Amino acid sequence: MSTTTEQPGTEQQGTEISPTRGQRFTGAAANYIDERTSISGLVKELGRKIFPDHWSFMLGEVALYSFVVILLSGTFLTFFFQASMATVIYDGSYVPLKGVEMSAAMSSTLNLSFDIRGGLLMRQVHHWAALLFVAATGLHMLRIFFTGAYRKPREINWFIGFVMFILAMAEGFTGYSLPDDLLSGNGLRIIDGMVKGVPIVGTWLSYLVFGGDFPGTAIVGRLYTVHILLLPAILVAAIGVHMLLLIVNKHTQFAAPGFTNDNVVGAPIMPVFAAKAGGFFFIVFGIIVLIASLFTINPIWTYGPYDPSPVSAGTQPDWYIGFADGALRLVPPGWEVNLWGATLSLNIMAPILVLGLFIVLVAFYPFIEAWITGDKREHHIADRPRNSPTRTAIGAAGVTFYAVLWAAAGSDIIATHFNLTIEGVIHGCQFLLIVGPIVAYHVAKRVCLALQKKDREVALHGYESGRIVRLPGGEYIEVHEQLNEYERWKLVSYNDYKPLMIRPDANGRITFRQRLRAIASGWFFEDRISPVTRTEIERNSHDDH
Amino acid sequence: MRMGTRTRMTKNTASRPKRQAGRRHPLTAVALITIGLFSTGGVYTLFTSSASAANSTATAGTLEDGGKLFAANCATCHGVNLEGTKNGPSLIGVGAAAVEFQVATGRMPLAQNGPQAEKKPVQFTSDQITALYTFVASRAPGPAIPDAKYLQANGDTAAGAELFRINCAMCHNIAGAGGALTQGKFAPPIGGVSPQHIYEAMITGPQNMPVFNDMNLTPQDKANIITYLKFLDKSPSVAGYELGSLGPVSEGLFLWIFGLGAIVGVTVWLAAKSN
Repeated sequence: MSTTTEQPGTEQQGTEISPTRGQRFTGAAANYIDERTSISGLVKELGRKIFPDHWSFMLGEVALYSFVVILLSGTFLTFFFQASMATVIYDGSYVPLKGVEMSAAMSSTLNLSFDIRGGLLMRQVHHWAALLFVAATGLHMLRIFFTGAYRKPREINWFIGFVMFILAMAEGFTGYSLPDDLLSGNGLRIIDGMVKGVPIVGTWLSYLVFGGDFPGTAIVGRLYTVHILLLPAILVAAIGVHMLLLIVNKHTQFAAPGFTNDNVVGAPIMPVFAAKAGGFFFIVFGIIVLIASLFTINPIWTYGPYDPSPVSAGTQPDWYIGFADGALRLVPPGWEVNLWGATLSLNIMAPILVLGLFIVLVAFYPFIEAWITGDKREHHIADRPRNSPTRTAIGAAGVTFYAVLWAAAGSDIIATHFNLTIEGVIHGCQFLLIVGPIVAYHVAKRVCLALQKKDREVALHGYESGRIVRLPGGEYIEVHEQLNEYERWKLVSYNDYKPLMIRPDANGRITFRQRLRAIASGWFFEDRISPVTRTEIERNSHDDH
Repeated sequence: MRMGTRTRMTKNTASRPKRQAGRRHPLTAVALITIGLFSTGGVYTLFTSSASAANSTATAGTLEDGGKLFAANCATCHGVNLEGTKNGPSLIGVGAAAVEFQVATGRMPLAQNGPQAEKKPVQFTSDQITALYTFVASRAPGPAIPDAKYLQANGDTAAGAELFRINCAMCHNIAGAGGALTQGKFAPPIGGVSPQHIYEAMITGPQNMPVFNDMNLTPQDKANIITYLKFLDKSPSVAGYELGSLGPVSEGLFLWIFGLGAIVGVTVWLAAKSN
């Protein structure tokens, strides 16, 4: 691990003392295992893995830990859940459903909630942990995006992470559909509608998925297999690869004195980080259990068994599917075309295409940006968001786009709770969906440039001290204090890019690709504030004194 | 033929003294008094229970009061003869139940025009409300104040829950937390609403609510729905605080703000450098 350095202090060992009995046992046991597995090489390699100390670097861990909680609580739930749509008459403890006809899935979920010790807590732990899992994943991705931590060599890991985000949403949705209560059935009905909206083959696809006409008697069993076998297997494998690449690529870090592109500064996994992370796991677990024990989530007994006729007010998907629900809500009325006796449901196809494009853009963003910038260098220093104004602006636009779709999914709740008309909320969201990202893009870009300008100003001339001095001539000036070298380092160390110049290739031609790239590069780097150079600082300090 | 008539006549004349003798029976007076007392009492009981007015003189007084109250508070919009104006609908045939619901929940008199009348502090005493609905109901027949036996909340909870999900939840939300309608109208939250008002709302269809008449939901069905709603009111949540019973939106909002907020707080604490 030639590229790692340790923080001074972590290496300091206590003075040698003779080993105690416990230490002798540990040593003997470790030796026993090592002689049979040669694990010491791996431990040596892994144990020296360095984790930088920054709160935003722990969000991925939160996602991992909540996934572990999901696995544990989910395993408990499988012991009692029956993934069957066979009709039963409920005869459990919950009085308002006694004698009501429902599926075995619903009935067993009710039994889990009311008649199995700890079942309700486990259900709520599972559901809350799922919400937290996707939320932490999303926040983790935002951190990676805005610090540019997806740049070479980490593009592939970004892509794997993004696939996991999609898988997590799929996991969430299949889980939401399992209890076969009214809410989950309504969610499936929307999926059914979307499948049926596919041109030409939609109806047959829907028959294929549901094993006949909706809702049929097969879907819960099928979703169960997907939910507890297929998706978790892929997720676990993807997490493995994600972690492996994390070790291979090492962590990024923010620029600081001694924190360079060629090293990682922080705590090694053994023993400091492992202890911290272990504790952190239990904190995350504890917070989830605390929430689950105090706050209701998905009270299926209120929703009752699924019946295709009723749809409750306030029927929404869980938060991470909200953006898709919002997209459906924002389609203007009448987007249907009749062609040769067949209906083309643009009201379904348009949102699916728009969301598909959005997802593809996010998934491949690292490759797109690398092509535009033409940057083939490795990057191990995380950018401050302000130092890449166009990227930050694109991110702000994307977040705004997503947020508007997300808000639109709660349009009815917004309408009732803010005394608005639902049409007004929908129209407002439609307007914001188009205009919001544009405004966010420009505002974010200008704010970044302004912050960069301010940084440059501070690096060159120091910060305002608030001390006013009257000169002998009567003039008042505010004294500027110079930054020390360490503070200045953080402000001036970032990459400077310039728009690519179009150059003829080997055949003396300028290709279309090159022109396109030059335009994109121009858009990316046209507005920029160069970092302060050493000569500028030196010249400036000579001027001052 | 003649003979026959004659014989009949003779028979009649023969029976007359018998009847006269019966009328003079010593117990006749007692029987008559008993019948008289019973019928008067019966009618009296009938009147008091159906109209819940104290007596006939009181009803007359109530009617008069109701008329005055109506003229002072309602006639501007609903017309002096309940015929309605362009500012308010006709009240002919709305019945006592509609008036009681609108006035006793504070929706009427209307404070201002809006998408729909909103619940607000009640403006009249219960006597005044009685006077108002007695007056309106006296002008034309309409849905009466519901029979108390349907308002006891002792029906079939499971049947009521199912009827509620099928008929009510699409607007009022599955837990009765309310929901949005078009053009700024809304189905209000119905937790804590009195059984009588729930029943009256179903039979009169206030604001944008449809009427659920007795052919649609029988009085017993309505009683079952009331039973379920009262069950919801009085049973504490089994799974912890309900976050407004608004479904996944409030759950997601809670998770992002408090769940993830707490977690991020912990990460900041863990990564903080000791001073």
